[in-house]
Amino acid sequence: MLQDKDRIYTNLYGFEPFNLEYAKKRGDWDGTAALIKKGRDWIIDEMKKSGLRGRGGAGFPTGLKWSFMPKELGDKPHYLVINADESEPGTCKDREIMRHDPHKLIEGALLAGFAMQAHHAFIYIRGEFVHEGSEVVRAIEEAREAGLLGKNAAGSGWDFDVTLHRGAGAYICGEETALLESLEGKKGQPRNKPPFPAMAGLYSAPTTINNVETIASVPEILKRGGDWFASFGKDDKNTGTKLFCISGHVNSPCVVEEEMGIPMKELIEKHAGGVRGGWDNLKAVIPGGSSCPLLPKEVCDTVLMDFDSLREVQSGLGTAGLIVMDQSTDIIYAIARLSQFYMHESCGQCTPCREGTGWLWRVMTRMVKGDASIDEIDMLLDVTKEIEGHTICALGDASAWPIQGLIRHFRHEVEDRILDYRKAKKAA
Amino acid sequence: MKKSDAINAPFQPESFEFQDQSQVDEIIARYPKGRDHSAIMPLLDLAQRQVAETGPFGDLPTGGGWIPRAAMDKIAEICKVAPIKVYEVATFYSMYNLEPVGKYLMQICTTTPCWLCNSDDVVKACKDHLGIGIGQTTEDGYFTLMEVECLGACTNAPMIQMNDLFYEDLTYDSMIDILKNLQKDEIPPHGPQNGRRAAMALTGPTTLEEQAKKANIV
Ligand SMILES: Cc1cc2nc3c(=O)[nH]c(=O)nc-3n(C[C@H](O)[C@H](O)[C@H](O)COP(=O)(O)O)c2cc1C
Ligand code: SF4
Ligand code: FES
Repeated sequence: MLQDKDRIYTNLYGFEPFNLEYAKKRGDWDGTAALIKKGRDWIIDEMKKSGLRGRGGAGFPTGLKWSFMPKELGDKPHYLVINADESEPGTCKDREIMRHDPHKLIEGALLAGFAMQAHHAFIYIRGEFVHEGSEVVRAIEEAREAGLLGKNAAGSGWDFDVTLHRGAGAYICGEETALLESLEGKKGQPRNKPPFPAMAGLYSAPTTINNVETIASVPEILKRGGDWFASFGKDDKNTGTKLFCISGHVNSPCVVEEEMGIPMKELIEKHAGGVRGGWDNLKAVIPGGSSCPLLPKEVCDTVLMDFDSLREVQSGLGTAGLIVMDQSTDIIYAIARLSQFYMHESCGQCTPCREGTGWLWRVMTRMVKGDASIDEIDMLLDVTKEIEGHTICALGDASAWPIQGLIRHFRHEVEDRILDYRKAKKAA
Repeated sequence: MKKSDAINAPFQPESFEFQDQSQVDEIIARYPKGRDHSAIMPLLDLAQRQVAETGPFGDLPTGGGWIPRAAMDKIAEICKVAPIKVYEVATFYSMYNLEPVGKYLMQICTTTPCWLCNSDDVVKACKDHLGIGIGQTTEDGYFTLMEVECLGACTNAPMIQMNDLFYEDLTYDSMIDILKNLQKDEIPPHGPQNGRRAAMALTGPTTLEEQAKKANIV
C-alpha cells in the first residue's frame, strides 16, 4: 500500500485551509523558479520519465503530448487549457483538488505553461462547481498578490497568468474541442480533427488541454523527479499514484489516493469499507466512470486498477471512478439510466449519436421491463457497433460501451427479464 | 400547491441593463484583446445572478435567476456579435434558465451512482413535501424541482444542488429537514448531511493519518 509520505494530495480531505499560507507549509510553490531554470527540455523529459498518463480519461502520455506543441513561438500565442469539467458519472476527484489543494493546480499550470511556452492558462470548470470555482479564483488572486503569477511569475523570469472560465451544464464540454468552442463563447460542439489543438486550438492558436489531476500532479513529480513517480505502479506504462473515487454500494464511499495498479478488491476493502453485505454480495463494478464497460464479480476478484490491466478485460481505467453495484442492483436499469445520460448529453451534431443515443435509451427502457424480443438483444448490440467509431467525438463510443458490457456479462439476465415479462403477461 | 401558471408566463421585460459596469469590464478583461465573444458565458451568468438578486420582473412572485431576452440582446451588443449567437449559447447550456424559476431551485441528481444510493427517496421527499412534480414550481414561487445529470459529487451520493449549494449524503428525512428550513428562508449548511468530512470515508480517514492527527481528526 502506498505510504503517506508518497502521496501527492496531502490535503485531499481539507484537514487544513487551502490558502497560500498553508499550501506553502505543505510544500507548494517551493523551488518553482529553480525548476523552471532547468529549462523546457528538462521538464518535458522528466514528465516523460515519470510515465504520467493523462488523468482525464484517455490516458495519453503527458510528456509526449506536451512535446507536440510547436518548438518555436509563431505569430500566435500558445495556450494551456485545464479541463475541470468533471462530468463523467462516477467521477469526483478534480473537485477535491480544486477545493482543498488549488495551489497545486496553479503551480502545475505555471510549470506546464512554461514547458509549452504558454503565458496564459484557462481553467474550464463545470458551472455547477460554484464553490470550487470560487476557491480556485481566491487561490489565483492570492498567487497574483504574492507574485507567483503575473510578470516574472514566482521569480522564474516567465510571465504567466491563469483565468477561470465557468461552464454552464453540458457534459460534452469535457471533450477537449467542445471545451475550446465553449471557451470561445459558442455552443459546446466538438470540432473535427485534424487540425489537432496543438496546431490550432483555442482562438486557432497552439493549445494543449490537460485534466486537473494531470496538471496538479506536475509540481510534485518535478520536485521529486520523474523516477520517483515511475517507481510506483504496475509497470512502466502504468505508473504513479492516482486518485480513485469509489461510489455506489460500498460501506463508506470516498475519494482516495492510491498506487496505480492496486487490486480493485484491496482498494474497495481498505478504503471504502468493503462492499455492502460483504465481497460475495458484489454483482459488478463500473471501474472508470460511466463510459467504461462494467465488470462482473469474477473479474473484480482479481483485476488490477490500471490502464492496461483494465483494457485486457475489455474495460478501462477511464477517470478511475468506480461505481460499485451489489446483488440487489437492477443492473439493466443501472445501464439504461446511463443511456438516458448519453442521450441527454449528445450535442446533436452527428446523426449516429443524435439518433442512436435516443434509440438505445428507448430500447433499454423496454429491456428494463422485459418488453422486448430476444432477437432485439443482438439488434441492440449491432446498433451500438454502428454508433461506435462513426462519430466526431468519443461520446458516441461512450454511449455504446456500457450496453456492450451489460450484454457481454449479463445477457442471461436481460433474457430472463424478457421471458419473465412474457410469462407474467400470459398469466394476466 | 400546484404548478403555477403565473410563474411560467413568458414575461419579457423590454430592456435590460447591467447594474455594475465594473463587473462587465472585469469579465471582458479576462480574455485576450479582440476575444470579447469569450465573455458571453460569464455575462449570461452575471445577468442571471442579477435577476435573482433584483427580483423578477412584473407581477411575478419572488423568483430565482433567469435570463430575459433583453439581457441576451444586451450581451450581444457588449460582445459585438449577432444576437442569434447569444441565443444559441443560452439555449445550449442547461444552467441558463430561460424562464423564471423558484427562489430555491432544487436540482436532484438521479444518474446511476446517485440512483444506486437511493436518489429515488430524495425525489420522493421533495414531491411529498412540496406537492409538485419534476419540472414544476410551487405556487408561492419558492421551489422549482428539477432532475439533473451527475453533478460530480458521486462519492457523496445521493445529492442535490440548491441554487449554488451542494447538499450531499442525503436521506428522505434529511431532505425534508432542508426543505422545512428553506421554507423559513433559513439556509442550512451545505455539504454532507451525515456528518462526514468532504469525500473522506464516513468511518474516518484510511490515509493521511499524521495530517489527520495534526488536525485532531480521528
Ligand atoms: C464526452 C467526453 C467528455 C469528457 N469529459 C472530460 C472531463 O470532464 N474532464 C477531463 O479532464 N477530460 C474529459 N474528457 C477527455 C478530454 O477530451 C481530454 O482527453 C482530456 O481532458 C485530456 O487531458 P489529459 O491528457 O490530462 O487526460 C472527455 C472526453 C469526452 C469524449
Ligand atoms: S458524437 Fe455525439 S456528442 Fe460527439 S460530436 Fe457527435 S453528436 Fe456531438
Ligand atoms: S451521479 Fe449524482 S453526483 Fe454523480
